[in-house]
Amino acid sequence: MAEIEGTAHVLGDAVDTDLLAPGAHMKGSIEELARHCLEAIDPDFVQRVRPGDLLVAGSRFGIGSSREQAAQALRLLGIQAVVARSFAGIFYRNALNNGLLAVVCPDHEGIEAGDRLRLDPMAGRLLHLPSGRSFACRPLPGHLLAMVEAGGLVPWLERRFRAAGRGPRT
Amino acid sequence: MSMGRTLAGKILARAAGRTAVEEGELVTCRVDLVMLHDSGGPRRVAPILERLGVRPWDPSRIVLVSDHYAPAVDAESARILDLTRRWGREHGVARHYDMVGICHIVLAEHGHVRPGMFVVGGDSHTPTAGAFGAFAMGVGASEMAAVLATGEIWLEVPQTLRIVLDGVPGRAVVAKDVMLALCRRLGLGGADYRVVEYAGPGLAAFDLDERLTLANMAAELGGITGLIEPDARTAAFLGALGMELAPEELARWRSDPDAPLASELRLDLAELAPQVAAPHSPAEAAPVEEVEPAPIDQAYLGACTGAKLADLRMAARVLRGRRVAERTRLLVAPASARVWREATVDGTLATLVEAGAILLPSGCGACAGYGAGLLAEGETCIASTARNFKGRMGAASARVYLASPYTVAASAIAGRICDPRPLLAEPVGSVAEEVRGG
Repeated sequence: MAEIEGTAHVLGDAVDTDLLAPGAHMKGSIEELARHCLEAIDPDFVQRVRPGDLLVAGSRFGIGSSREQAAQALRLLGIQAVVARSFAGIFYRNALNNGLLAVVCPDHEGIEAGDRLRLDPMAGRLLHLPSGRSFACRPLPGHLLAMVEAGGLVPWLERRFRAAGRGPRT
Repeated sequence: MSMGRTLAGKILARAAGRTAVEEGELVTCRVDLVMLHDSGGPRRVAPILERLGVRPWDPSRIVLVSDHYAPAVDAESARILDLTRRWGREHGVARHYDMVGICHIVLAEHGHVRPGMFVVGGDSHTPTAGAFGAFAMGVGASEMAAVLATGEIWLEVPQTLRIVLDGVPGRAVVAKDVMLALCRRLGLGGADYRVVEYAGPGLAAFDLDERLTLANMAAELGGITGLIEPDARTAAFLGALGMELAPEELARWRSDPDAPLASELRLDLAELAPQVAAPHSPAEAAPVEEVEPAPIDQAYLGACTGAKLADLRMAARVLRGRRVAERTRLLVAPASARVWREATVDGTLATLVEAGAILLPSGCGACAGYGAGLLAEGETCIASTARNFKGRMGAASARVYLASPYTVAASAIAGRICDPRPLLAEPVGSVAEEVRGG
């Protein structure tokens, strides 16, 4: 996967799944749910976010529920990647499984909302373009990046099953 | 070099078909039991399985539970419950518990979990099953679909963080207080996807209902699973359900004395006070006497971690002969139909109702913001649930405190956050003895 570039939104620690995908809207479609992403802490987030943006967060991003809509909502809003000091375990799997790039970056001090960033997930490097500072990230292995690029676990499995001669029964 | 193995390592080695596994190793495990519920289950995995052109690899290993949208509150939730039923029938899932309780409690009370099992559930509180010495992890729907398609899941063998409980808990100090104190000490998600293994002599104070709370809230610590070695209490609980636990099993599913641990944390139960977690995180916990006595609009006993028989009996001890405060409402949603029945037979529910409690159907209900009992803007609630995230239980400006059933009941009476200890005349021993008639 090539380098990606985008504008930062900055969030704090322990951003939970109920903030990302509020329970009151879980019955509806993912499009409807995504409209309420983060509204409890930032009512304008959905209006402000632009396709290609990056989320920069503190520790244990995605703590809470196993609902993968938390990752799907961010992806639907066009977030290219979440860069966090650490991720909650279930969310981390859900993000990659749903084609949302999730990159662990233990130190990203000084990044502010609106800053332009360049991320190389394979090399494990985050570049802060305004200052030229580079932050080390945990590199993602090629096979996981390929799954993310395919759109996540399901399209990835679909491709593998097809290659193996298994396909939808008719 | 340490040759010992953790309980988690032993379970994962068995599930991976290996004699031993090392922490940090990537392994693929065969899944013994899959738990699906109506929210993350059929309505989300069925389209994926159809797209992949596969059916569940083994319906006999699936337990399906309708609890999140049960009972239906509108046409959409009714549709989800209907879809769940149809999918279960079409795929030969014989074990569908339809509106009889919350999934994690249903698994426990119907004896679906035994020591050494490897369980994958479509819910973050799946670690609850770790109370029986099973490795039980929660996953999202895509991953669940992959598990259903293949019967397998890969994972990195996690390290174990051991919580050693010492001492005997004082009056009105229970498993929920232990967990809130641990959330404070470790931070929300502080276990960082390690195994949270509970051990130590203090465990003797906790029966299975209470151990379910310990294992359940490993999720709030961010553990991949909670784990408790099975013992005589585990054997007695399963024995009552007609499941014999052989002595070899009890001996097998333990951590070796020299097993490698990431860290060990000790907690003296005797020094622990009833805890209250302030909005909006379980990690905002503090001893009840240090918490501002905020006025309470709603007290809520519910959810997988706060409305088991032991929980309702705790509340009844406080509420017996007393009344809920005038400007406060007390809502009670028993965790399952079985809890409802047992609490009816022993008079617990009558005690709660006489005190002014309003009974709600069994299910995930208000805890997850899905069902009845939600909060208005600006309201304050104290709940025996596991999570008080902003906006989870209704309006975003609502404030939810977490506490044990004792403290929730005491606060309902006082109409403000209240220490339950003065309301309990005699010292409270092990709730366990009362609950299981031991």
